[in-house]
Amino acid sequence: MSTESAVQESTTATSQDVKEPKEPLFSKKNKKLLTDPLDDSNPITVQVLGICSALAITVQVKQAIVMSLSVLAVMIGGNLIISLIRNVIPSRIRIIVQLVVVASLVILVDQVLKAYVYDVSKALSVFVGLIITNCIIMGRFEAFAMGNKPWPSILDAIGNAAGYGWILIAVAVVRELFGSGSLMGYQLIPQAVFDFGYMNNNLMILPPMALITVGVIIWIQRARNTKLIEEN
Amino acid sequence: MQFLRNFFDNLRPNFEEGGKFEKYYKAFEAMETFAFTPPHTTHNGAHIRDAIDLKRTMFFVIIALIPSLLFGIWNTGHQYYLSIGQYPELMDGFMDKIIFGAIRVLPIVVVSYAVGLGIEFGIAVAKNHSVNEGYLVSGMLIPLVLPSEIPLWMVAVATAFAVLIGKEVFGGTGMNILNPALTARAFLFFAYPTKMSGNMVWIPQESGMASVDGYTGETLLSQAYNAPAGSQFGSVAYDAAGVQYGSLADTMWASFWGWIPGSIGETSVFAILLGAAFLLYTGIGSWRIMLSFLIGGLGMSMIFNAWGANPFMSVHPLQQLMMGSFMFGMVFMATDPVSAAQTNTGKWIYGFFAGFLGIMIRVFNPAYPEGIMMAILFMNVMAPLIDHYVVEANINRRLKRAKAVAS
Repeated sequence: MSTESAVQESTTATSQDVKEPKEPLFSKKNKKLLTDPLDDSNPITVQVLGICSALAITVQVKQAIVMSLSVLAVMIGGNLIISLIRNVIPSRIRIIVQLVVVASLVILVDQVLKAYVYDVSKALSVFVGLIITNCIIMGRFEAFAMGNKPWPSILDAIGNAAGYGWILIAVAVVRELFGSGSLMGYQLIPQAVFDFGYMNNNLMILPPMALITVGVIIWIQRARNTKLIEEN
Repeated sequence: MQFLRNFFDNLRPNFEEGGKFEKYYKAFEAMETFAFTPPHTTHNGAHIRDAIDLKRTMFFVIIALIPSLLFGIWNTGHQYYLSIGQYPELMDGFMDKIIFGAIRVLPIVVVSYAVGLGIEFGIAVAKNHSVNEGYLVSGMLIPLVLPSEIPLWMVAVATAFAVLIGKEVFGGTGMNILNPALTARAFLFFAYPTKMSGNMVWIPQESGMASVDGYTGETLLSQAYNAPAGSQFGSVAYDAAGVQYGSLADTMWASFWGWIPGSIGETSVFAILLGAAFLLYTGIGSWRIMLSFLIGGLGMSMIFNAWGANPFMSVHPLQQLMMGSFMFGMVFMATDPVSAAQTNTGKWIYGFFAGFLGIMIRVFNPAYPEGIMMAILFMNVMAPLIDHYVVEANINRRLKRAKAVAS
């Protein structure tokens, strides 16, 4: 069986695949790829993907930033590779191929983290490995990179990783500020306030508060962005 | 009453359409219906109107809470004077105790109401819906389930959390899944554990006042947990000043009347039972929930009694029920009509498991001395599920009957 013809059929052909006159690098459509995931189709708050890591590693801002960067790296690399080989992946085993790509990238990222930021890597523990199963990444491979050229795929990866990252960091800022009184490890709430009777909120350090914080972000987002309000 | 009527009638034009404070009509309406029956009339069809609307229902619950509040005020003062070795007799220095307690307790009540009602009014005005009455009761329940030593800003934070995340997010009064007062308490319990448990929070302390020798400040619950192996809890329990009760009867006597350390409103079983009688008489509290809750708690205590692996398990069942917030939770928390099960069968199941689990959590996990709070919140979450299956079962039963008749 000729694999190539099967692939041609299977790829979800979007408009990008059709031969077009050369479009500018940051055309309107490409810009939308970058900005959409930040708000209108945010992977966490709108698609509700990748929640487990958002709850688990947002106790400190530092971890959240490293996690976001790792996901960004894996996502760009993965989307690029999948997009480059999209026409030669047999459609029946495409999930396996995607898994292999994401797994090798995650291992690379994990090794880099271990080499350069060992303490954060320890703190993130199993969650670096679990990037492999992060639904956002597989989702973007399947939904976008399989049917689009490399350049839009990279933009899509950056957009989605940023959309994931800013939520992660926002949650982490709230949790670290109120849970430990610090940001990035620096004491932000002065000792005088503690002397006056202020106390850190222990609930912020527990996962339930991350869920509630994400919920509040969704609440604010939907109150602002009328496009997201569902018809009852 | 006429002057009040005139007062509202004079103000009314300012708040109606075109008036100066048009935006705040809902706030005005809330105040007016607070004083008078709402003026709405029905337009078509036959309707039966009961004079007791939501606001007045809420008020009845507050009346039922008054004995607990008053006793809590006295007890706060009593525990304090006991700990510094003054007025050790119950009736000594009655006014001093009341005044001391009032200074400690009333600010908590004021903060709870100010923050909660402030948020409710703000949201009502912003979203232009009627002010929810639900907070009238929550605002009184929150102070009663807190230790008197709690810092006021924590009360404010917890109240805001309970009203916003516990209630408004779900759509306001009548929509909340969890009991708002317990949400506030659970929030504080996890957020600021050092201010919510341990032996330093139940008795007011003032700098410069030395406590008497033997002062402990432990609640009976933590005493039961710490009771030496092989001892009978009832006879080793002691009061805040470290004086032993000596016998089970004495311990039970003290916890029935409630002159023991604990949260402000939950120590006195007697005061709570007064409230319970009022709620049952007016039909506002569900007797099914109270009774099944009691059965559940009693059942679990008896099972533990038979097991008897440690002194906490072998605490006398009645004593077990009178310690901590079991009674308060049974009468005022579990019966919350919004977060409890709605069907009659559901109420039995809901109440039974709340009491059963409450005692179980308390004994098995001493890290959560207030198992009752957890159990009620847990059953709040389960209540819709219970109702769903009760309704389903009813439908199936009737379908079967219909089929039997048809065939």
